[in-house]
Amino acid sequence: MDLLLIFIGAAVVNNFVLSYFLGICPFIGVSGRFSSAVSMGMATTFVLVMTAMATWLLQAYLLGPLHLDYLQTVAFILVVAALVQFVEMVIKKTSPPLYRALGIFLPLITTNCAVLGLALFIQLREYGFIQSVVFGAGAGAGFTIALCLMAGIREELELADVPPSLRGAGITLLVAGTMALAFMGFAGMI
Amino acid sequence: MKGQVSARQEVLKGLWDQNPTLRQLLGMCPTLAITTSAINGVAMGLAVIFVLICSNLMISLVRRLVPNQVRIAAYIVIIATFVTVVDLTMKARFPELSSSLGAFIPLIVVNCIILGRAEAFASKNGPWRSVLDAVGMGAGFTVSLTFLASLREILGNGTLFGVTLFPAWEPWVVMILPAGGFLTLGLILGGVNLINRSHEASRRRALVEASRAAAGFALPGAAAGTPARGEA
Repeated sequence: MDLLLIFIGAAVVNNFVLSYFLGICPFIGVSGRFSSAVSMGMATTFVLVMTAMATWLLQAYLLGPLHLDYLQTVAFILVVAALVQFVEMVIKKTSPPLYRALGIFLPLITTNCAVLGLALFIQLREYGFIQSVVFGAGAGAGFTIALCLMAGIREELELADVPPSLRGAGITLLVAGTMALAFMGFAGMI
Repeated sequence: MKGQVSARQEVLKGLWDQNPTLRQLLGMCPTLAITTSAINGVAMGLAVIFVLICSNLMISLVRRLVPNQVRIAAYIVIIATFVTVVDLTMKARFPELSSSLGAFIPLIVVNCIILGRAEAFASKNGPWRSVLDAVGMGAGFTVSLTFLASLREILGNGTLFGVTLFPAWEPWVVMILPAGGFLTLGLILGGVNLINRSHEASRRRALVEASRAAAGFALPGAAAGTPARGEA
């Protein structure tokens, strides 16, 4: 029950993109096409879950016992960068079609603030190992939901008559604001 | 003399022409997340200026020593070091501000402005110019953040830097909620684009008039002939 609450909390109630503002860059940059939004969401979810595991283990067995907490930021970002590189190599070896579909988005996940943000939130809230993994999966699901919804809306928007000054990022942000308003409706669930 | 002029341009370009937030759309996450009050905007801006200047200087100094293949990893470690300095300093000296900015201070590491300037500018230019570039970009970021934050604080809370402006104001709570951040920034971007478009249009009109005048001066017959053909 506790785990379910963590998952739903991260996925919809406190959606990483729409209420914590983490991962805005890919949210605006990659939400043009629905198909690439789905691939990006999947890849990011995978990296989020792996990061949750890796940074939790790192903190519990290395940084914590050695009192190296002040190195947290440096250590976490290195882990994330190494992990993304590793995921990239594995996907390239095992599934070339998927690798081609994700293309440039894979290495860009390193600078997605949702990933480092997740690692920091896990430490702030003192989650256990299983809770961290569920939290990572929930955050990934939330990111994928927001990205796919936005891509769907933007494909329709291409046909709309948008004022010239608002085309591109402007209208995307206004749509995101409306979506954030709608997601506030989930606030009573927890 | 020429060096002085371009040094000034190096700083000024970050304020409008290449403003990181409003023109290049970099560093969106902190821009939206912490701009609920003007003081947060200023604090975040100052933290980013410090990290940007230090990392640009450092990266520019070591740019010939770092092999090309591992440069991004090296840059990230340099940036993360300075971010840790800021984070620990703020926790020790300004605990209140540090807790209201929360995880967004350590998240400066993945702020695309900093890595972007490292890759696009500091890795190709000398230390002095890199510092100037950092000052300009940081100032552009701070000004945009403070502007956005002031708007949201005035509308959402009726205050500015904590001082009550309109005692009878019924606060628009939505402005300091996440939705308000998206809506305000979207409208500001629209406004900036509108200003740029009208600037560009007037510049183009001036250019056309100038070239028409020049053509008229050189070939009076051709210049006189053009409107006649247009009428026909």
